[in-house]
Amino acid sequence: MTDFANADADSVPIRRRRALAPSSNGRPWTFYVLATLFTLYVIALYGPMVCIYILSFQDVRGGLVFPMRGTSLHWFVDLFTQVRTGDVKGAFSRSIRLAVVVTIITVVISFLSGLAFRKRFAGDSVVFYLMIGSLVAPGLVLGIGVGLICNVLGIETSWYTTALGAQLSWTLPFGVLVMFAVMSRLDSAWEEAARDLGASAWQTIFLVIVPILAPGLVAVALFGFTLSYDEFTRTLLTAGSLNTLPLEIWSMTLNVTSPSLYALGTVTTLISFIIIGLCLGTIARIQKRRVSGPAVH
Amino acid sequence: MESKANGRRNSPGWLLILPLVLILVPFFIVPIIGVVVASFVQSDGFGGIIPNFTLDNYKGVFTSGLTYQLYWATLKFSVFAWIFSLLIGFWIAYFLVFHVRNPLLALGLFLICTVPFWTSNIIRMISWIPLLGKEGLINSALIKTRVVDQPLDVLLFSSLAVVIAYVHQLTIFMIVPIFNSMARIDKRTIEAARDAGASRFEIVRFIVLPLCRTGIALGSIFVVSIVMGDFFVVKVMSGGGSASVVGAFYEDIGVLQYPTAAASATILTIIVLLLVVTILRTVDIRRELTR
Repeated sequence: MTDFANADADSVPIRRRRALAPSSNGRPWTFYVLATLFTLYVIALYGPMVCIYILSFQDVRGGLVFPMRGTSLHWFVDLFTQVRTGDVKGAFSRSIRLAVVVTIITVVISFLSGLAFRKRFAGDSVVFYLMIGSLVAPGLVLGIGVGLICNVLGIETSWYTTALGAQLSWTLPFGVLVMFAVMSRLDSAWEEAARDLGASAWQTIFLVIVPILAPGLVAVALFGFTLSYDEFTRTLLTAGSLNTLPLEIWSMTLNVTSPSLYALGTVTTLISFIIIGLCLGTIARIQKRRVSGPAVH
Repeated sequence: MESKANGRRNSPGWLLILPLVLILVPFFIVPIIGVVVASFVQSDGFGGIIPNFTLDNYKGVFTSGLTYQLYWATLKFSVFAWIFSLLIGFWIAYFLVFHVRNPLLALGLFLICTVPFWTSNIIRMISWIPLLGKEGLINSALIKTRVVDQPLDVLLFSSLAVVIAYVHQLTIFMIVPIFNSMARIDKRTIEAARDAGASRFEIVRFIVLPLCRTGIALGSIFVVSIVMGDFFVVKVMSGGGSASVVGAFYEDIGVLQYPTAAASATILTIIVLLLVVTILRTVDIRRELTR
């Protein structure tokens, strides 16, 4: 996961590859085999998702499988008006608000942690392995733990307190890992130059480091938002009485057997795609400005 | 690693890392300790606990034949998911790094592979239903082409469906770190090997594979820990036919058997951590990440 930001930064040096590639122009046979594998993989990756988007636009006769029965927005209306499908609207708004808060906290803390990990400090390995532990620990175990502790301390679990913390224990390790990748490309000469020119520590951070790392920070935000917005196992036992969206989808998979479920899939994926598009677009814009602008390169 | 020479630098480092620690302590360390403690106390049978030390919960877990069945099932799924995601992930990454000559195209194709990672796993899982179902696309196609007469039952709500869903979700966790490792391989090394007469296979076996060990290790950690900790894929895609370790203690929670669930959860966590530590021993992950 560390690499989404790198891939961007890499694009310039990779250009050397062409020069180093074998001089023969023909593609080796492995190219065609692997290209086929890649194509099949992408079809398998997107194919099923496309199926449910299509099926969500059926009319009232629609079922869970093909063939399509009519076209309408019936199931989208159904989704937001039926009591049977639960409080989808509320779940949506909770999930989005929660994801925004998680994103902000994840970006800030990952950035600070990324700065900290550039130098060795007492106990840095302990913190590092705690982070890895938090990443790999089964989500439901943490959920049970949070539930038990709240029970003992008499704290009520809710989506904006305990679930927020539980999600952070998952988004932060990802965020910090992405920051590692981003930071490894930060030339400390920029900071030294800033300091030599009389910038204070804060000025160095906000006027030099943050702008340079901006694309990476957007990538961390993308991880923070989407991982929180889709988080399920850690939220399941920590969200209290009100559902977030993935919990709502989960309960729907168990008892709703109409295309409403697919409609929900279409809507939530649309939101994910908007977020992904916004973030990738922002990164691309920053990179483009850098290439064309004279100042930073 | 802590020397007196950079003792002076310790305080800003700690201030910067403090927020992370302040999240990890209450939401990772304390809950884990809570679960471990709860696994050693008695249940009153009504969702409460009686603070008496007991090993009964563990005795119950270890003497139940069901436990071993569950672990066997979960382990089997982990191994299958791991093998397939590794095979596919490795060759996809290899294709992108070594076969796609235009770097912008490679980046574009890489992004195409990663986009679904940022969408809902549950939705991606249920999206197999219209394909694999009894009246799904694959069965209709098989019947139309007269490969089979009866729709195949094994496609959906079976172990096969579970493995398909895992591979579908988790291959990305292999592609990204392996892609990352491969992209760092100096192309001149490969050129040199080719000039020295190495075959394509030898280059993969003796240069590419060893140099992306870290990527493979990272990917494996993600895949194994996610499958071991999963229960909803198994529950939905097997149609109730298979159970998982986590699914079992989730059901214990449902009937308020906290201490039993906690014992089971503790054992699972220890096993997952042992697996991860074993994988981590093969590579210096931290140096690789911060490099």
